Amino acid sequence: MNHVADRFEKHSPVPEGSSANVPTTDELRITTPPKVCGMGHRMKRKEDPRFIRGRGNYVDDVKLPGMLHMDIVRSPYAHAKILKIDASEALKIPGVLAVITGEDLKKAGNLHWMPTLMSDTQMVLPIDKVVYQAQEVCAIIATDRYIAADAIEKVVVDYEPLPVVVDPFEALKDNVIVRDDKELKTNHIWHWEAGDKEATDQVFKDAATVIEEKMHIPRIHVSSIETCGMVANYDTAMQHMQIYMTSQAPHAHRTVFALVSGLPEHKIQIISPDIGGGFGGKVPVYPGYVICAVASLVTGKPVKWVEDRSENLQADSFARDYHITCRLAADKDGKITGMQVKTLADHGAADAAANPSKFPAGLFSIATGSYDMKAAHIEVDAAYTNKPPGGVAYRCSFRVTEAVHMIERMTDVLAHQLGEDPAAFRMKNFIKPEQFPYKSPTGWDYDSGNYHAALQKAMDVIGYHDLRKEQAEKRARGELMGIGISSFTEVVGAGPSRDYDILGIKMFDSAEIRIHPTGKAIARFGTKSQGQGHETTYAQILAEELGLPAQDIQVEEGDTDTAPYGLGTYASRSTPTAGAAAAMAARKIRAKAKKIAAYLLEVNEDDLEWKVDRFEVKGAPDQHKTIQDIAFAAYTNHPPGMEAGLEATDYYDPPNLTFPFGSYICVVDIDKGTGEVKVRRFVAVDDCGNIINPMVVEGQIHGGLTMGLAPALFEEIVYDENGQNLSGTFSDYLLPTAMETPKWETDRTITPSPHHPIGAKGVGESPTVGAPPAIANAVVDALWHLGVRHIDIPITPQKVWKLLRAKGVND
Amino acid sequence: MIPATFDYHAPSTLDEALQLLARHGDAAKLLAGGHSLIPAMRFRLAQPEILIDLNKLDGLRYVREEGNVLAIGAMTPEAWLEESAVVQQRYPLLADAVSVIADPLVRNRGTVGGNLAHADPANDQPAVMLAYGATIVAQGPGGRRNIAIDDFFVNLFESSLQPGEIMLDIRVPAPGASSGGAYVKMERKVGDYATSAVAVQLTMNGPTISAARVALTNVNPVPMRSPGAEAALVGKAATEEAFEAAGKAAAAECDPSSDLRGSADYKRDVTRVLAKRAIRRAVARAQGRS
Repeated sequence: MNHVADRFEKHSPVPEGSSANVPTTDELRITTPPKVCGMGHRMKRKEDPRFIRGRGNYVDDVKLPGMLHMDIVRSPYAHAKILKIDASEALKIPGVLAVITGEDLKKAGNLHWMPTLMSDTQMVLPIDKVVYQAQEVCAIIATDRYIAADAIEKVVVDYEPLPVVVDPFEALKDNVIVRDDKELKTNHIWHWEAGDKEATDQVFKDAATVIEEKMHIPRIHVSSIETCGMVANYDTAMQHMQIYMTSQAPHAHRTVFALVSGLPEHKIQIISPDIGGGFGGKVPVYPGYVICAVASLVTGKPVKWVEDRSENLQADSFARDYHITCRLAADKDGKITGMQVKTLADHGAADAAANPSKFPAGLFSIATGSYDMKAAHIEVDAAYTNKPPGGVAYRCSFRVTEAVHMIERMTDVLAHQLGEDPAAFRMKNFIKPEQFPYKSPTGWDYDSGNYHAALQKAMDVIGYHDLRKEQAEKRARGELMGIGISSFTEVVGAGPSRDYDILGIKMFDSAEIRIHPTGKAIARFGTKSQGQGHETTYAQILAEELGLPAQDIQVEEGDTDTAPYGLGTYASRSTPTAGAAAAMAARKIRAKAKKIAAYLLEVNEDDLEWKVDRFEVKGAPDQHKTIQDIAFAAYTNHPPGMEAGLEATDYYDPPNLTFPFGSYICVVDIDKGTGEVKVRRFVAVDDCGNIINPMVVEGQIHGGLTMGLAPALFEEIVYDENGQNLSGTFSDYLLPTAMETPKWETDRTITPSPHHPIGAKGVGESPTVGAPPAIANAVVDALWHLGVRHIDIPITPQKVWKLLRAKGVND
Repeated sequence: MIPATFDYHAPSTLDEALQLLARHGDAAKLLAGGHSLIPAMRFRLAQPEILIDLNKLDGLRYVREEGNVLAIGAMTPEAWLEESAVVQQRYPLLADAVSVIADPLVRNRGTVGGNLAHADPANDQPAVMLAYGATIVAQGPGGRRNIAIDDFFVNLFESSLQPGEIMLDIRVPAPGASSGGAYVKMERKVGDYATSAVAVQLTMNGPTISAARVALTNVNPVPMRSPGAEAALVGKAATEEAFEAAGKAAAAECDPSSDLRGSADYKRDVTRVLAKRAIRRAVARAQGRS
């Protein structure tokens, strides 16, 4: 899979209208009354009554008659030969039915290896060697979860430890080969680049100022409240496999299962029930899923597998781990002119990321961010190491977190070096509102934006200039206070079928609406909420378009037997894709409804106009038919020659991605004694286009900001030189609690997407993407006068303390 | 994260508990709040055959003044101290500490006795009780006995409680006039063990510090006092120079290990800084300034 992707040469022209200069406002667009509760209403979430009463239904709540339980033996070594697996003592325990090894899976049809979503391969269970600590070695099937746990303790595995390579730079020397199953004996996986190298080199030659920084975006873990799990239920009589699975993409997973297992796709039903957080971690297929499904196939009984917290934290879904060298060029006026990036991506033992196929480094090439520059050239190389598979898109819109951290840190370094205020420097370098639609130097077509308005609003809300005065006064007294800005551009809503697919399946998404005779409705989608609130927001889109009260619309997702095919929910894509499909399907229904209304009112269709929830005869509003009247007629009195019923399906292929943005400003105080950083204030101004439900958006932003605070100050997965995970429990993998979290102050501007049917953009990942550099910039801002230019996240107290003492600051 | 098999007993009297402990010996572990034991069992680091749950022993849950002593039942949840007016008014060092032990959920179940009996230098109560010079009362087959806190901590996870003994209460001498105490803790996040923490209890005689006990959390294999820090304070005027000298002595005497909380050097320096802050606050309290 050693390839160079040059997607930008292949990039076909963007359809007309997919980007535009769109005016910005602060005002929510509300066109429906509260009874209908269309877009803009702060409707309480329809899913919450069951969640707050503990009535959700998660995979671990599924209990089937005769269900067996699976537990997994995991490797204590990061790299070792397997000499022998002896499960004889385990099998003596009453209730232990079977052990499943790599050899068993091989005999079952070469199921000991599986493809990853990135066309790499990954072991399901090993035969020869393990390549990371906590790797699955074999599985026990027992009648009881507790017996299974006792049994794995009794499995004796003889290992012969092998040399371990943990550092990706060391890995590229190929002294230790992680994947000797491959033909090419190298740890180098692929090289990828974007942008124009020659033009960029020229810009750097002409530059008045060039800066360079090295930074590491550390390996982190999604740590959703619910771990991963499955109940596989194979019916030997019907030859039907029913699977309950913690899946963000049930349809795609069904297709992958069909291709890997050879079971016919119509005999596989995947149900993704309530999901307790996904964040990208429930997109990949983990070995445990495959073993669990095989266990059910073999036993003909339902088998449950649910990871415990340690397994989840040590073996699943690692993200980031980019080692970046970035250079920025500026002209004599302090205008950014170019960017050069070289990155080494640590993918662990397999490239098991879940990016669109043509984008091995995700959408990292969005790295020029909110700034208008002439040229950019970005290179990424990926390496195998003896760590669990990494590169999963953790609430990052496919590597946009890494890109934004880099450009926002670099922008601050350049502003400081030039002696300019970081806010004024950004204002000077932003892409201007009148430049939209904007073509970026790496080939992106920004749909709409107004970066000046968002930053100005953030500055006004936080009182930026007063804070700078306060900072100067404090600095004179020897106190350390910093102000950090992040003005990010996101890119979400993958994506247009010409460029975006996963294993060949195009990244459209879908909606299917059926309106019942009494005017109530069911709507099903190809996406899958994991906390995003789809049951509410999709209903609001339909309410907006059809005038049906949102409360009257049942939203369903996650069952592949009933929902239309879709690629699932991740990378902030649901509103840009399935949300658009909802509006488009609703418009098909409205077109039919108009014909029915014309028939009922005995007028020409052209004489009708749509008002909130009804068609009125123009100039005679008392002559009307509500959507409910029309729905009833669709089943009882539909026009001759017309099909009965009122339903529609839409598979939406977006013409472009959406480009949400925002400006965040953060104030920190630093303890000179301990090096602790305290976030005193944090103002987040987000622009995600038209807003479906402001409360849901604010909730997304609050959660995302906390998930941005986490890697900035707390979270990092740390390995020792033997590849042992030192942060494999929540005592050392530091999820911030309410106590560490500042009071988030949120605000908004609204610059609609010109191409999205309802003008919306995705928002779920904006705060995770935007927050870390605001915090890092604030800390460096507090220390710049001491000669500090950069600190890698997480900015731990010890790192700050070390710098302070080195610079002669003490307490 | 599923514990190995064990038998469970929940005696309703102290006698019953003592008898169970005598019968099962080393195979048994006492369960108080369980915040150290249960995680260890879930990781199978501890695999006791018998659990003796003391939570039904309501007679071991109290906070009360008995003459010149604050008596705390061994099974008293930390949260009770947080809510106790006596503690808040007269035992500021203890009040400081119980508001930063882990988080409110842990404090609702975690007990003062368990926090001490586990003899974990990362726990907060050992340093607090060392600074107060408290006395532990225990009962076993040989009867009831008092153990001075200075004799209580023997080794990592090892106290001087003998096999078959159960801790009954903790007796904290009431601070005299012109006394003040403080507990200053640094933690990476709420619920984490201290990176370092310092407990100080001292008495002033005019401008001079006449008595001082300084104890440290999680910077030594065994919960420890810092004699050097105490010597740097006693008989000295309460000045920043004295505080700095005490902080430096504490930093020199402790023996932290390097881990993800920080290097040994870092922890020593943080101990110095926190010691100064704790002493400063204790002096202010002794002088009635806060």
